[in-house]
Parts: sequence; C-alpha cells; structure tokens
Amino acid sequence: MNWVKFFHMGGYAVFVWPSYGLSAVVLALNVILPLRERKRLLRGHNPGKHKSGRDSS
Amino acid sequence: MSRLDIAIWLVFRRELTLAWRRRADIVVPWVFFAIVVSLFPLAIGPEPQTLRTIGPGVVWVGALLATMLSLGHIFDTDYADGSLEQLALAPHPLSLLVLAKVAAHWVLAGLPLVLIAPLLAVQLQMDIASLDVLVASLLLGTPVMILIGSVGAALTLGLRGGGVLVSLLVLPLYTPVLIFGASAAMSATQGTSAEMQLSLLGAFLALSLTFAPWASAAALRISLD
Amino acid sequence: MREYASPKLFYPLAGRLIPWLAAITAILMAWGLYLGLFDSPPDYQQGESVRIMYVHVPSAWMSMFVYVSMAAAGGAALVWKTKVSEMAASASAPIGASFTLLALVTGSLWGKPMWGTYWAWDARMTSELILFFLYLGYMALEASIDDPRRAARATAVLALVGVVNIPIIHFSVDWWNTLHQPASIGALNRLGKPTIAPSMLHPLLLMGLAYTFFYFTMLLVRIRNQILVRERNATWLAEALKEGR
Repeated sequence: MNWVKFFHMGGYAVFVWPSYGLSAVVLALNVILPLRERKRLLRGHNPGKHKSGRDSS
Repeated sequence: MSRLDIAIWLVFRRELTLAWRRRADIVVPWVFFAIVVSLFPLAIGPEPQTLRTIGPGVVWVGALLATMLSLGHIFDTDYADGSLEQLALAPHPLSLLVLAKVAAHWVLAGLPLVLIAPLLAVQLQMDIASLDVLVASLLLGTPVMILIGSVGAALTLGLRGGGVLVSLLVLPLYTPVLIFGASAAMSATQGTSAEMQLSLLGAFLALSLTFAPWASAAALRISLD
Repeated sequence: MREYASPKLFYPLAGRLIPWLAAITAILMAWGLYLGLFDSPPDYQQGESVRIMYVHVPSAWMSMFVYVSMAAAGGAALVWKTKVSEMAASASAPIGASFTLLALVTGSLWGKPMWGTYWAWDARMTSELILFFLYLGYMALEASIDDPRRAARATAVLALVGVVNIPIIHFSVDWWNTLHQPASIGALNRLGKPTIAPSMLHPLLLMGLAYTFFYFTMLLVRIRNQILVRERNATWLAEALKEGR
C-alpha cells in the first residue's frame, strides 16, 4: 500500500481530504454537542433541585 | 347572498376602507418596487443591451421583493388591535375570511405592481411587444406570492424578528414562481412562446388559491392561541 | 406502539436502543469508508476525485430524508398532539441542516475538479441550496417563538408547507437549469452515472446506510435531551434517572 500515493489521491488531494475532513468534523460535532448537552442537563438534575412534581406522562 | 358571502364581502371592503385611511402606507411597496428596479442600472451601468437582457429578471425580482415587503400589513394591525381574534371567532370558515383579506391585500399591494411594471420595463429598454406577457406573468404571479406569503405572515404573527423572519421563511418557496414568471417575460423578449410558463403560473395560482388560505387559517389559530 | 409517543416510555426505550444504533453506525461507516477509500477503483474520467461521491451523495440523500421525516413528525404532532413527535421534529432540524451544509460544501469541492468551478448553479446543487434555506427558516422560526407548544405547531405547519413545495421547487429548478445551459454541459446533471459499477455502488450504499443510522442514533440522543428539559419536573423522570435509565 503506497501511502504517499494514497494521500496524493491522483492530484485531487486538496479536494478529497477537505471533503472527508469536513464531513468528519460536522458529524463529530453532531455527536459531541448533544452528548455535552446531556451531561449538562443531568448535572442540573442530580443536585436534587426539582420540586416533587406531578407525573406528566 | 348568503351570510357567508356577506361576511366575505364585508371583510374585503373593510380592508380597503382601513387602507384608504392610511393612504400613505399603501404607496410604500409601489415606490419600493420602482426604487429597487432602478438600483440595477445604477449598479451595472446603463448600457441598453445589458439592461434589455436582465430586464425581465430585474422587474420580477423587484416585484417579488416589494410583495414580500408588504406581507407584514396583511395581519399585523388586526392582530394588534384584537380584530383578528374576532375574525377567528366568527361563525364562518376562517380560511374564506383570510382569502378575503388576502384578495384585498393583492388589490392594494399586488395589482399596482402589475400596472407599474410596464413603465419600469420600458426604463430597462425592454421591447414594447413583450410587455403584455410581462404583465400577464405578474398578474398570475403576484397573487401566488401574496397567498404563500400570507402563510408566512400568519406563522410569524407578533414575533420579534418580524419582516426579515417572514422573508427567510417565504423566499425559498417563491423560487418556482420567480423562475417561471421571469422566464415567461424573457421568452417574450426573445420572441418565443411563453405559453408553458404562463400555464404553469396559472396552475400555481389555482393550487395556492386552494391550499394557502386554509394553511394561513391554521397558522393563525396556532399564533392566536 | 402509540404509547411510546409518551416521553415516559420513550425515554428508557431510546436509552436502550442508542448503543445498538451507534454500534451499527460505526460498523457501517468503517466498512463503507474502507471500501470507498481503499477498495474501490478510481473513476476512468474523474480519477480519484470520485471518492468525494461517497461522502457527498449520502449527505444529499440524508438532507432530503431528514426534512421529510421532520415534516412527518410535525404532521403527527399536529394531528395526535404527541410530545415525542414534536421533539423528533425539532431534534431533526439541526441534523438535517448539517447534512445539507455538508452536501453543499462537498459538492462544491467535487465540482471544482469535475467541472472547473466551485459553484455551477446546476439543478441539484441549486435545489440543495434552497433546501438549506428551508432548514434555516425552520430553525429561525423555532428560535423566535418562546412558547414551546406554539413553536412546535408553527414549525410543523412550516415543514409541511415546505415538504409539499420541495417537489415543485425541484421541478422548477431542473427546468430552469436545462433552459439556461448550453447543450454541451448536459453531463453536469448526471451526478450518478446511469450504470454505476458495483465496486462503487457498494461503498455508496454502505455510507448511505451509515448516515441513516447516524441520524437515528443522534435523533434519539437529542430527543432524550429535550425530554430532560421539558419533563424536568416529572416524578417518573427523577426515578428513571436514579435507576440509571
């Protein structure tokens, strides 16, 4: 496997790798941001700071 | 005349009466139309051939923007003084009353654009023989834009963000009308038939007349609740 | 089945599904990327730049699929007034907008080597651009309405109006494009070839599936976040969290 040739992508490296790179970044953000939000929301719950509420289902 | 017919007529007439009391406001979209169109020669240069080429598109974009600018007037004043709620409580289908409001709005803000357009087209060096198609395309297209726009106006009732928000919602939906309207006008300047484009605009009008008032009424109820 | 539209039942169910969906996503993605980058041939015309297709086309597919799902969820929310439907619609929007943005950018990067220009106003990319504006409008409307109930219902109406208009917009843009193009550039609109080699079709389908499962996974994560916010005072939630569900 010729890695140099692989990264060169037949001369199209400047188009191919940013495409894959940006896709990875956007998808990663779409994973990281909701998970961070979840952590933040759970921290808000645990200090036991909600009143005894009615079951709202 | 049934009670519903009377109600529709009264709503229509009320719109025109109220608008007449604020005559100065009615004229604003018309002037905006003229100003926007004149921006293009200022930006691109007055070379006649260039203007003739972009003319149909520029007139159409100007009419689209002027129409969009006027959308806030459909419901906003009635919402502010509570008469919109009264309308929603009336024992008549809200969609038909909305249609009456929209029709009046077109008379005030759409039809005048159609009448002004030939003057602006001549300014842009467009061929006189092509003006009838331009007018026809706007005659069909402006009601469609106002009908679709009324849904956007109903959804954004009373929201901060106001006019710009409505524009963002409604502009993507205007693209088909713009494409075929401008194309009709352009075909006429090139001497080819605009029949297909005008037929499609007619179809858009029929579709929006059927569905938009109903969607607007639903949106109004959501906004008023 | 309808009971799962209530947050109380949906929350733990989603919690159990997410790890599995995530695992499937990862496997499909790894497999698809392996085939796409390593095990598939370059195109005889486009060379290695064809590999952009494996991230561009799935993004474009998902941008459409998510919008339709968003509209369907909104419709369900309007008709049955189910909370989870409302949350599904709202949670879908940023994911769909992300896919649309990716489709636009990767499409642009693919366009430069293929056609010589970063933006050629071809039918598909122009439609995709308008779809992006539709997503932005949806999210702007949601952000401007404070009352969550009004926001859910208003955005549902907007999404339904949008989804009905999308075929009309596609048709119009397509027509506009063929009208204004010289005949020689007809090939611009052939995003996929009429017959695509299996060695290229397989990674494409795998990536398409991977992206779909990605959407489902993150949709459930986001819906659970919305439940944590909207149901924060519910006793069932406090218990579920204590039990680690």
